Amino acid sequence: MIAARDPLAASSAESESLLSIRQVIKRYGKRPVLRGISLEVASGEFLTILGESGSGKTTLLRLIAGFEELESGEIWMGGERIDRIPAHRRQVNTVFQSYAIFPHLSVFENVAYGLRAKNTAKGEIPERVTQALAMVKMGEFAQAAPSRLSGGQQQRVALARALVNRPRVLLLDEPLSALDANLRRQMQVELKSLQRGVRITFIFVTHDQEEAMALSDRVALLRAGVLEQVAPPREIYGQPATAYAAQFIGQTNLLRAQVRDGVATAGTIAWRSSGGSGEATYSLRPEYIRLAHASATPASPDPSVARFRGRVRNQSFGGATDLVEVDCDNSFVMRVRIANPGVLAGEHEFEFNAGDATRVRDGEDA
Amino acid sequence: MYSRAYKAAVTIPPLLWVTIFLLIPYAILFCYSFWSVSSMQVILHTWTLQNYVQLIRNPIYLQVLFRSMRIAASVTLCALLLGYPLAYYLSFHAAKRKDLLYQLVIIPLWASYLVRGYAWKTILGSDGVLNGLLQYLHITGRPVEFLLYSPFAVIITLTHIYTPFTLLPIYASLEHIPRHLVEASHDLGASPWSTFRRVILPLSLPGLLAGATFAFVLTLGDFLAPLLVGGPSGIMISNIVVSLFGAAYNWPLGAAISFCMMLLVITLLFATERLEKRLTIS
Repeated sequence: MIAARDPLAASSAESESLLSIRQVIKRYGKRPVLRGISLEVASGEFLTILGESGSGKTTLLRLIAGFEELESGEIWMGGERIDRIPAHRRQVNTVFQSYAIFPHLSVFENVAYGLRAKNTAKGEIPERVTQALAMVKMGEFAQAAPSRLSGGQQQRVALARALVNRPRVLLLDEPLSALDANLRRQMQVELKSLQRGVRITFIFVTHDQEEAMALSDRVALLRAGVLEQVAPPREIYGQPATAYAAQFIGQTNLLRAQVRDGVATAGTIAWRSSGGSGEATYSLRPEYIRLAHASATPASPDPSVARFRGRVRNQSFGGATDLVEVDCDNSFVMRVRIANPGVLAGEHEFEFNAGDATRVRDGEDA
Repeated sequence: MYSRAYKAAVTIPPLLWVTIFLLIPYAILFCYSFWSVSSMQVILHTWTLQNYVQLIRNPIYLQVLFRSMRIAASVTLCALLLGYPLAYYLSFHAAKRKDLLYQLVIIPLWASYLVRGYAWKTILGSDGVLNGLLQYLHITGRPVEFLLYSPFAVIITLTHIYTPFTLLPIYASLEHIPRHLVEASHDLGASPWSTFRRVILPLSLPGLLAGATFAFVLTLGDFLAPLLVGGPSGIMISNIVVSLFGAAYNWPLGAAISFCMMLLVITLLFATERLEKRLTIS
């Protein structure tokens, strides 16, 4: 369990799988929403399902919670198949996007709801509710009516209401999307430390890639009902599997290259590349590119460092780093992120390490 | 902002209407209730409390009033027992059949009250549809008499007539319950029955109360159903008012009863409105 808090351990194959989603297919009418999803979630992991709206991420969450019936496939939790079990008998709790706080019950009764539903011993309830409310810093609001609470406070109550039941998996459906930017960042930090504290498996749905990167042990990138890539944030950023993953998470340059004899060529740029010959797409992050020192001899053909010349077309100041758009031979534009370059103009020489250009699968290639 | 002329144009006609056709007649009625009728069938315009005294002294009036309230309570209960489950089904489970079923609930409201009253007469009568069926099935040998011309007939007829009025506010309040709340309840481990008891029912109470008030108040003031299917044992308080204003020619006593009834109903409406407001959560 403790090991699972380490993102690398969580991603490794030997960590214990708590939730297992196997070949899940779901259609609404004739429209396919999930097209064969398989996913293993480790115990104590913080997994984010990331995707655009309409990618099927909320549907996947609702299938795990038991609000929707799957068409085919299986969902297992801790060695038990749960996809035919009704929602109220699953050891899973949900934090809804709309919070779904019961308006006719006090904050205390909202949090106690799950305990009462499961016939928890009467004497135990006040203590556990108080504890849960303290955990989300809402202790003083126990007797308040929900209508008196702000969005952020309702959010905290919704969290306490779910966590008080000590679920094996907590599902969070874009819980922060209704909050303003500052509160949102603050809640992200709290959510993460809360998850570390309670060591419950979190499955978090969002369309915000920065949020996904900041919070997760692993990110599952969903696109049109298919998982594009499931990996820790650093890996998905550093080695995106597909062109879509590279573009969706952070900024990137996609280079269409011809590969021959271990050298990839895109326009005038050439770099060393492993992998088969033929046409291929590479992702190159803007910050992997740097200004080449004028003193360096351009003639030396070192394929492990690729060089190119280009005219600076646009430079936008971004505080610590500037984003520079470089026009290469009038054929394509390369985006380059450089720390404190000063004002650049005219032609410059740039370089990057060949290993930083990641070969990605491109849907349009196939 | 609207102009003064516009405001006057939209508010004055209804105000005039209410004043001329409601407030003034009520005022006249109020005056009548303190007058009396001479033995020569002439209305004496001398102020007296004798009508109200008679209401309390003569047990027949209170008896009929209590019977009317019992019938109204029975109709309310039956309308709720029929209306709530149907409204619940419509709102939560009807899915594609929702529109059709909703129309089926509304359509009876288009039929004339009298038609529906007479329909029950032909169903419940001694040579009616129900008796015919009972005899055909050899459940009874002779026509069953108690079906028609009894409080039972009044209750069954009025339940039929007022159930849609009860159903509609309940349905509206059920439709207003965010479905996420129902899902949250399941999610927290509450069974469907427990979810109904602890989330759906409490949140639909304002609608339930409004529906119950409709059925009770409308039944309490009804005089046609008792006239059509009630018989002597099914007489209600409004029938007495009708006869006092008609054949019996005792307008002052009729006015006194009407006024008491009005007070009763207004008190009831006021109380339920207060209760509804307390139950409604913003």
